[in-house]
Amino acid sequence: MRIAIGTRKGLWTAQGGPDHWQISQPLRQMAEFASVAWVPMTGIDTPRLVVGARSWFWGPSILTSDDDGRTWSEPEQGAVAFPEDTGASVERIWTITPDPRVPGRVWAGVEPHSLWRSDDSGSTFELNRALWNHPHRAEWQPGAGGPAVHTIVPRPDEGMVIAMSTGGVYRSPDSQADWSPANSGIKVDFGPDPYPAFGQCVHRIAMDAVDPDRLYAQNHGGVFRSENGGRSWEPITAGLPGDFGFVVLAHPTRTRVAWVVPIDPSTMFPPEGRLRLWRTDDAGQTWREAGRGLPDEHYASVIRDAAHVIDLDGTAAIAFGTRNGSVYASVDEGETFSEVATRLPDVLSVRISA
Amino acid sequence: MPVTLQLPQALAPDAGGNRTVVIELEQGSSLGDLLQQVRHRHPALVRRICDETGEIRRFVNVYVGDAESRTMQGMRTPVPSDAVVMVVGSVAGG
Repeated sequence: MRIAIGTRKGLWTAQGGPDHWQISQPLRQMAEFASVAWVPMTGIDTPRLVVGARSWFWGPSILTSDDDGRTWSEPEQGAVAFPEDTGASVERIWTITPDPRVPGRVWAGVEPHSLWRSDDSGSTFELNRALWNHPHRAEWQPGAGGPAVHTIVPRPDEGMVIAMSTGGVYRSPDSQADWSPANSGIKVDFGPDPYPAFGQCVHRIAMDAVDPDRLYAQNHGGVFRSENGGRSWEPITAGLPGDFGFVVLAHPTRTRVAWVVPIDPSTMFPPEGRLRLWRTDDAGQTWREAGRGLPDEHYASVIRDAAHVIDLDGTAAIAFGTRNGSVYASVDEGETFSEVATRLPDVLSVRISA
Repeated sequence: MPVTLQLPQALAPDAGGNRTVVIELEQGSSLGDLLQQVRHRHPALVRRICDETGEIRRFVNVYVGDAESRTMQGMRTPVPSDAVVMVVGSVAGG
């Protein structure tokens, strides 16, 4: 399998399996890569690599490569640029999400809070005006990392669920308009109202493989589940070593199976330094530790776009990266991990392709 | 009047591989006029220097002669004949 690895100071890919991983030379340097994606290309075996880059000097950009990162393309006018009437400028590309419903369609979550759609496999993107003009916009606040749409979940029907920090979860019936907040039951501990309609600091959401109305959310404080597409949520934190983290992954084919990566918010390290996934097989009623082979003395976080799961020949393959430059992968549903890379810059984004 | 835009190596690929771009401007032109002319020829280059609002990016400095444009009149800074306009990444990083 292939793994794309975006870091604070460059981009790498890895290929192989648990017995041997081959890490590339740095494919791009002197920029951060907060988002990476493999986009399937009709009739071509090699997926397109689409990456969200940011040079501290020369600004953000979305680049594409059809040859595993050897050569890159970017339109002269840029792949993603705010229309002049918005008075805004792109600060960072937080997530790039291929849409499994429509070949060639790719979504991008961008700072400032905005959602973008590409219908040419990530070459160019168009701003979603309905979300940009949302009446709540003035009240959305930046999370610690900035004000951004960071999670995009296309539903099997025409709908979509997105998450932003700090705006919370929003849903649209057609992936285009009528964005409504979907945060009922998600508690916040940083404002006077513990259950606001929106404004939650959601860190990641994931959709159940079989039931699209079942969603999981790793929030700033608490893990939550929805059984109705996000209209309401209930906490499922009991049994976890902590309620904080950035990652939640849903099994790609099996219902009620999900993983989180708990992080201690007072240190930003895993609890007791033990880097582990925690797995549920019953939609969050119970949890158990998973991840043999992961380190016991690990002092760095795992952030939201730096973890990914895909179906690999009927089994869940998981890869994730850490902010101290390690990447781990599992081809047995997260039970055991091997080290893909170490001593990289801090890892911001990881995506797997078969 | 000819004006020379000098670029760092990192931006040369966006200027056809060149580190200098010579632009013919009318007398009395400003830095904004210069960048607008450059945009017609090398749109990607100007996108690296300015964001979508037209502002020079935070960690980019543009010198008109010896003066950094923010200390002058910004985009309205006059560009004299035969001027050298230099684009540099600011000293930052780690």
